Amino acid sequence: MSVYSQISHNRWKTYLIMAIFVFLFSGFFYLIGIYFELPNSYLFLGLLISIISSFGSYFYSDKIVLWTAGAVPASKKKYFDFYTAVENMSLASGLPMPRLFVIDDPAPNAFATGRDPKHAVVCATTGLLERLDRSDIEGVIAHELSHVKNYDVLVMSIVAVLVGTLALVSDWIMRSLWWGGRGRDRESRNPIFFVLFLVVLIITPIVATLIQLTVSRRREFLADASSVLITRNPYGLADALEKISSYQYPMKNTSPSIAHLFINNPLKNKNISSTFANLFSTHPPIEERIKILRSM
Amino acid sequence: MSIALIGIIAVLVLYFIAQYNGFIVLKTRIQEALSGIDVQLKRRADLIPNLVETVKGYAKHEKTVFTDVTKARTALMKAETLPEKAEANNMLTGALKSLFAVAEAYPQLQASDNFKDLQRQLEDTEDKVAYSRQFYNANVLDFNAKIQVFPSNLVAGMFGFKTFEFFAATEEERKKIEVKF
Repeated sequence: MSVYSQISHNRWKTYLIMAIFVFLFSGFFYLIGIYFELPNSYLFLGLLISIISSFGSYFYSDKIVLWTAGAVPASKKKYFDFYTAVENMSLASGLPMPRLFVIDDPAPNAFATGRDPKHAVVCATTGLLERLDRSDIEGVIAHELSHVKNYDVLVMSIVAVLVGTLALVSDWIMRSLWWGGRGRDRESRNPIFFVLFLVVLIITPIVATLIQLTVSRRREFLADASSVLITRNPYGLADALEKISSYQYPMKNTSPSIAHLFINNPLKNKNISSTFANLFSTHPPIEERIKILRSM
Repeated sequence: MSIALIGIIAVLVLYFIAQYNGFIVLKTRIQEALSGIDVQLKRRADLIPNLVETVKGYAKHEKTVFTDVTKARTALMKAETLPEKAEANNMLTGALKSLFAVAEAYPQLQASDNFKDLQRQLEDTEDKVAYSRQFYNANVLDFNAKIQVFPSNLVAGMFGFKTFEFFAATEEERKKIEVKF
């Protein structure tokens, strides 16, 4: 697949994800509405929230993601090596210089966001900048810029925002059910709808995870390969991945909704290494990525 | 029958237009990459007078080194064609190497913040020259391949597109690619 077909593929995927999101979200609200005996106003509310968050996520996903991650802008003066490494990688890949951010966290990790190469952001943790040497950092940045170049960042950032919205709203409804559901005319409601309602609440996080899954994994391998094409040095990225994965602790301050954006899973549930856990993980096994890089 | 003929001609014309546009896009990208290299070469040349002044402050007698560096810089600024630029840039790399070798003998110079900063900026610019060159060469490779491959070579021949030259690296830089196991 060439970069150009990847781009159009990612664009279409974005629109599809937005449409599915609006459909599911409104349906979800409609069912809740049946439970509360106000189906039409809930459907309207669902449509309103989902359409606004879809459009909002297209234009503001980078800001929302950076805010969720707790990232701050990185200056050339303070982060000279990081800044110049990104400059060099953009020169080598022919991309405009992205904006740079850092997260104050000892766990080494990095991600890219933004809707296209002109609005791209590259973000690294302070742990990554301290633990990795220059050629490793260049490998990581080239990996992130590959995500920028083929518009992976667009899909991934929008999914982050939409999954975040879904999680937020289902959490909110769960609470309102817990606190506000008692008393009054509860008996008059149909128990079948209550069961249906619970099923929806259980399914929502699963759907959210599945959406996240569709965007990761395979594209990590692709970005690794494109990264090597930019740096011409597979060992830099392989060493970087080794160092990143050998760090044992999860990131301090992160949200599951943006986990798939990072180069390595920031949540680190490493001890569950069964195939089942692997099925639901947003990242391909890092050992496999290192093995492929070393054999290049 | 005539409709089929018109169809075939239309497809051919569309193919030619698409190929021609493809060449133009690649050519523009190459020119852009070339000006990218120029920017970095100019940045490199701009750093030299400052560096020479700083080193002179500590090591006045090393006159030959300074004249070599200045000469190489002038050559780089005057260079017009690509091979000239590549050669002048290599000359400057050589001259700078002896300048830094001389600087080794002056601990006070080595310790000065100004010198360290200049050294760092110069190293950074050298990296940038290397990466812009890589981007340029990758695009030239695409373009030159397209010119030679059938059937796009027919379009290239019709519009007189010519292959571009690669920007050659120095022996030194070719060796620098380290392989770790």
